Amino acid sequence: MPNSTPAGENNGGELKLDDGSRVAVIGGAPAGSFFSYFLLQTAQRIGLDLQVDIYEPRDFSLAAPQGCNMCGGIVSESLVQSLMVEGIEMPPNVVQRGIDSYVLHMAEGSVRIDTPLHEKRIAAVHRGNGPRGAKEHEWRSFDGYLLELAAGKGARVARERVDGVAWRDGKPQIKTRGGLSQPYDLLAVGTGVNSGALKIFEELGLGYQAPQTAKTYIRELYLGREMIEKHLGSSMHVFLLNMPRLEFAALIPKGDYVTLVLLGEIDAALVETFLAAPAVSRCLPADWRAVKEFCHCSPKINIQSAVQPFADRIVFIGDSGATRLYKDGIGAAYRTSKAAALTAVFDGVSSEAFRRRYWPVCRNISTDNALGKLIFLVTRHIQRWPHDRRAVLRMVSKEQQGNGQRRMSMVLWDIFTGSAPYKDILLRTLRPAFLARVMWFVATDFWIKMNGGSHGNGRVGQDIP
Amino acid sequence: METGGLGKIYRDGEVIVRQGEAGDCMFVIQAGEVEVFREDGKQREVRLAVLREKDFFGEMALFDREVRSATVRALAEARVLTVDRKSFLRRVHEDPSLAFRVVEQMSHRIRELDAELTRLKTGN
Repeated sequence: MPNSTPAGENNGGELKLDDGSRVAVIGGAPAGSFFSYFLLQTAQRIGLDLQVDIYEPRDFSLAAPQGCNMCGGIVSESLVQSLMVEGIEMPPNVVQRGIDSYVLHMAEGSVRIDTPLHEKRIAAVHRGNGPRGAKEHEWRSFDGYLLELAAGKGARVARERVDGVAWRDGKPQIKTRGGLSQPYDLLAVGTGVNSGALKIFEELGLGYQAPQTAKTYIRELYLGREMIEKHLGSSMHVFLLNMPRLEFAALIPKGDYVTLVLLGEIDAALVETFLAAPAVSRCLPADWRAVKEFCHCSPKINIQSAVQPFADRIVFIGDSGATRLYKDGIGAAYRTSKAAALTAVFDGVSSEAFRRRYWPVCRNISTDNALGKLIFLVTRHIQRWPHDRRAVLRMVSKEQQGNGQRRMSMVLWDIFTGSAPYKDILLRTLRPAFLARVMWFVATDFWIKMNGGSHGNGRVGQDIP
Repeated sequence: METGGLGKIYRDGEVIVRQGEAGDCMFVIQAGEVEVFREDGKQREVRLAVLREKDFFGEMALFDREVRSATVRALAEARVLTVDRKSFLRRVHEDPSLAFRVVEQMSHRIRELDAELTRLKTGN
């Protein structure tokens, strides 16, 4: 008879994977697909024969919301590079747009920050097969592509929704509408934080507590390819506007759509206020009007890692475990999933093995997020103070025009792209040369204002777009 | 109009890395082909290899601080993406297995060099 909890039910044997071991993965989004891919790849390299079943009820070939994972859809510079080294291609029919620059918009002006080598090294993708109402499907779903890669390595995809988990002789079993599965030697949970599935695990007595979350707002704006090329180009547009309840906003150009991402306490009125702001409307065609039926969602994001994201024969990966604060969630899914897969193959599937090998990766992400919170606190401060905003804009603008060191540009680049750890960014901002330069630009701005000077047309930075 | 290509486009004959220059990144070919050649002391070019999509080059710069050992230029149009030394080493520090494929390719090249050396020594 199956037991409802795993407590005290281990069979006493060594908890490791052997030839013929069975692994269940709940969730076929990036975390689940990366985990399956690297588990099978590593096992094949050492001649270990595993059976991997991915439980994913969604069909990523469908337009949203049936096939979507509700995300801004940015594959960071660092993840693109890692995937290239791994031999995982990013084909042009999956990447909707290669991003080669960021444009920072404030009420006072805008400034463009280019990639160091002027190359497209960030990928804008749709997680599903496009927004609701999309007529043409020229591009493929990113999540669907990764799931196919995992299936190509030998994983079996079960199109079933998981209703529960049972335990038999210390091994997990999956409950679906079709019944109860045979016991598995390992269960990897990559459901994300937008399904109710994590409650099942909180109630199992494993010590697992789901991550704390915050809400975001995502909306797809149809512009058409030519208009996107003309008005937004291959740049991600980031907005630091002094609007109450708005923490951060970005417009991400894709193929025919632009994805709007807002962080903060977002409601319909704030979305309309944001879209009507001059800094935003400058990025969109003059005659652009929102259509009545548009694809939008308010997904949750992980802002505080899960407690105890592992136990004997079970590990929580991606958003269900730990992810980076606000940025590079897909990159964190890659890191945690691969770490969990390597642990399972080389160190075993016991709680102790995950604590030794997997937990340090999650802990590094969590520790770095604490420093990230400090950085975003400073960003919010800049957002609210015009002197600071103008100083940042002028500093970046000067750096982009000259050939000298691009200290502020690189700090902002790494904050917005999620390309570097927050610790690395923070340490760079604490260097005396950086602080002195920031203070110089702030003081200059105060001096201009106190002496009744103006900033020409009132705008600082470059005229973009 | 393709919008999803990653990397930077190099035109036919455009040099991507030059022998003798300092380097701090490696390159992964996204589309097209590149040729790798060395210049001898008499300014003659000796072609060493033609590389294609998914191949990488310049990887030695990730591990040592020597100058580039060969010149690489695009054959027709090629799209190439860089991998920075710092990002790569940071990731390898957390996940040493990331270097597996680079080592695999280096191993493959050593085998090719062995075969070439044997051919030169035996004259076959």
